Amino acid sequence: MTGTLRLLRLVLRRDRFVLPFWVLGLGLLPYVYASGFDTLFATAQERVEYARISAANAGFVALYGPLHGDSIGELVVWRGGFVPVMVGLAALLTVIRHTRADEEAGRTELIRATVVGRFAPMAAALLATVAAGLVMGVIVTVTLIGHGMPTGGSVALGVVFAVSAWVFAGVGAVAAQLSGTARGARAIGVLILGATWVLRLAGDMSATGDGSLAWLSWLSPIGWVHRVFPFGADDWWPVVLTFVATLVTVVLSAYLLTRRDLGGGLLAGRPGPAGAAPSLRSPVALAWRLHRGLLFGWVAGFAALGLIFGAVASSVVALAEDSAGVGEMFARIGGSDGVLDGYFGTVAPICGVLSACYAVQAALRIRDEEQAGHAEAILSTDVSRIAWAAGHLLFVLAGPAAALLAEGLMTGLVHGDVVLMVEVALVQLPAVWVLAGLAMLLIGVVPRAAAGAWAGIAVVLLLMLAGPLLGFDQWVLDLSPFTHVPQLPGAGFTAVPLMNLTLIAAALGGAGLLALRRRDVPG
Amino acid sequence: MADAIDAGGLIKRFGAVTALDGLDLRVRTGEVHGFLGPNGAGKTTTIRVLLGLMRLDGGSARLLGGDPWADATALHRRLAYVPGDVTFWPNLTGGEVIDLLGRLRGGLDRKRRDDLIERFELDPRKKGRAYSKGNRQKVALVAALASDVELLILDEPTSGLDPLMEEVFREVILQEKRRGDRTVLLSSHILSEVEALCDRLTIIRAGRSVESGTLADLRHLTRTTIRAELAGPVNGLAGLAGVHDLTTEDGRVTFDVDADALDPALKSLVAAGVRSLVSQPPSLEELFLRHYTRDADSRESERAR
Repeated sequence: MTGTLRLLRLVLRRDRFVLPFWVLGLGLLPYVYASGFDTLFATAQERVEYARISAANAGFVALYGPLHGDSIGELVVWRGGFVPVMVGLAALLTVIRHTRADEEAGRTELIRATVVGRFAPMAAALLATVAAGLVMGVIVTVTLIGHGMPTGGSVALGVVFAVSAWVFAGVGAVAAQLSGTARGARAIGVLILGATWVLRLAGDMSATGDGSLAWLSWLSPIGWVHRVFPFGADDWWPVVLTFVATLVTVVLSAYLLTRRDLGGGLLAGRPGPAGAAPSLRSPVALAWRLHRGLLFGWVAGFAALGLIFGAVASSVVALAEDSAGVGEMFARIGGSDGVLDGYFGTVAPICGVLSACYAVQAALRIRDEEQAGHAEAILSTDVSRIAWAAGHLLFVLAGPAAALLAEGLMTGLVHGDVVLMVEVALVQLPAVWVLAGLAMLLIGVVPRAAAGAWAGIAVVLLLMLAGPLLGFDQWVLDLSPFTHVPQLPGAGFTAVPLMNLTLIAAALGGAGLLALRRRDVPG
Repeated sequence: MADAIDAGGLIKRFGAVTALDGLDLRVRTGEVHGFLGPNGAGKTTTIRVLLGLMRLDGGSARLLGGDPWADATALHRRLAYVPGDVTFWPNLTGGEVIDLLGRLRGGLDRKRRDDLIERFELDPRKKGRAYSKGNRQKVALVAALASDVELLILDEPTSGLDPLMEEVFREVILQEKRRGDRTVLLSSHILSEVEALCDRLTIIRAGRSVESGTLADLRHLTRTTIRAELAGPVNGLAGLAGVHDLTTEDGRVTFDVDADALDPALKSLVAAGVRSLVSQPPSLEELFLRHYTRDADSRESERAR
């Protein structure tokens, strides 16, 4: 552990912009939500009604988790139910960035040759992330108390935020040991995070129905932090579970670290073919080799999502038909058709944004290739820049389509109405392409800031999750391409906005390609 | 025959930094041309300009008779490039990379590929990240050398290779040279390599060419070291313009002499009666160091000011 504090300072120095960005951005969200809810309801009666309807909306429960009360505090916690997932994502990416990514780049080798202990780089990354989680929790607590919320609940929600970061910092540390590459480690980490979210979702959905699978939520750290119920029950003991999980993952990662060589993963590489298959002869063929793993992963993940969403849709209908009391309430929001419309209207755009994450990830591969020096090797051959980029763009555009298609198909196969379900899923595609076009534009025009494409995703997500609640003007909401997507199946299908979105995407991407042709590589 | 590379007054700026400051480079068709300069002198930037990867801020460059920026892909069919800092895709084997790059370039000679893999003792079945720096370098070299192209652009191709493999590299390049129709631009730090392989060379410093010509031309510009044992005392040598650092001891003289003062200096030695004579032409190291230290001196004097 020698040198941990020095390395900690290095981590904080390198992350002096990124770390405050997510700590502040996510830490202030509960306060923003609280302000939004303050002005949303004219009377307490309205608020109670809103809470009752929301608690029974399967789409909402799927997204945000269960809602057990109707106070403003409980509504804030519930509505921010997806935030722990984002906190977890930020935490695990931070840890991997300062462990496996450094190791892969050879920086750790240099560091470890100095007077620095074996565990110091990981300890520094974990300490930085744990501290960031703590600061974020304090921000949550202080801003909410300052807003006049009850102290107990404010502290509890702060703790929820902090431990969400801690648990997934541990997950990130384990993932960093398992894979030999940062890319692989991120994939493992995100997969685990996604699995915990899906477990939580499946358990909570089951709890709104017959409850036979409600125990699944207890397998998920995301489920645990939801069960603290700040401002309501203020249960502290699920927090203990997160402490245990953090401790176990950190100890496990330290153990795995001692079991492997510097630079190595736990899975040894095998020799491959001595020559290339005859088909490996074009930029597209190379792009297929580079993208296929990611493509399979996303398509499989989306198929699983479709499976769950389909099952939930069926249980929603059953619930509406079985329960008289709830049925009456459902009738007011449009009966079982209305419930389903609301459900798909909530879930489908989320699938859209998730697939846009894939599109951005695939597009930024172009920039990765450039930075790694691979582009130089390709572009010094008889391959034009457009042809090189187009090989990747094929996957940027068609990859999300395949993922959404898989999700729609699975939803349809489980719930019925395959054609409609595929339509509901695929109608998001033009909006996804706009975000992909933005990524391409940044890659072409400001390559050093290409990762800013993720900010586009963050803005869209914020507008989608919090926009209506915060009472933004319509023109602000209109900034998100997903605002313009027809809300199938409730609203009718209209082609014009989809064509406009596609044209915008083409214009952004085309401008990016033109700029790419004119600039230095690497730029 | 036209020059393979004809670049004049190249200017390339990165923000406030001027990487190329009026650099000239001419490479004749069929020659092996050495491209020398200290780290950061602009060698890689020049090569990237010649490959059409970077756009010039000034000057003109012709490569194989075409414009490296506008005709990039057409020209790339006729050349092969070995980058200085090679990394490849972690999930592709060396053999796959060689085949892919060859095919993207328009085809490679299968027999020559296998022959080169054997000579460089490369294991083509390993994946990208399992290769050491030297082995990655071999992958890039085999991919370039197995292509049937007119021009090879090699950016420090032997960095990371062990001495045995350096020797193999020299043999291969000398074979290429004997064929006579391939042009090679060889950026290098290894002076013995440049001395052994290159017909002509260009030395650059701080984005500018400071010397260009055959090794003999460049030697001509510098001093020869003479050591002689004489029968009698020598007259007039000390007063001769172009003779430097003269020391006389027990009838032995040692001095450096400029090329144009060589004849009168030798005449005065002969007049004294020569018992033995050693004449040492300047090595490339000395040529190189002269430019490097001059660079350091001028920086020193600037700081002093």
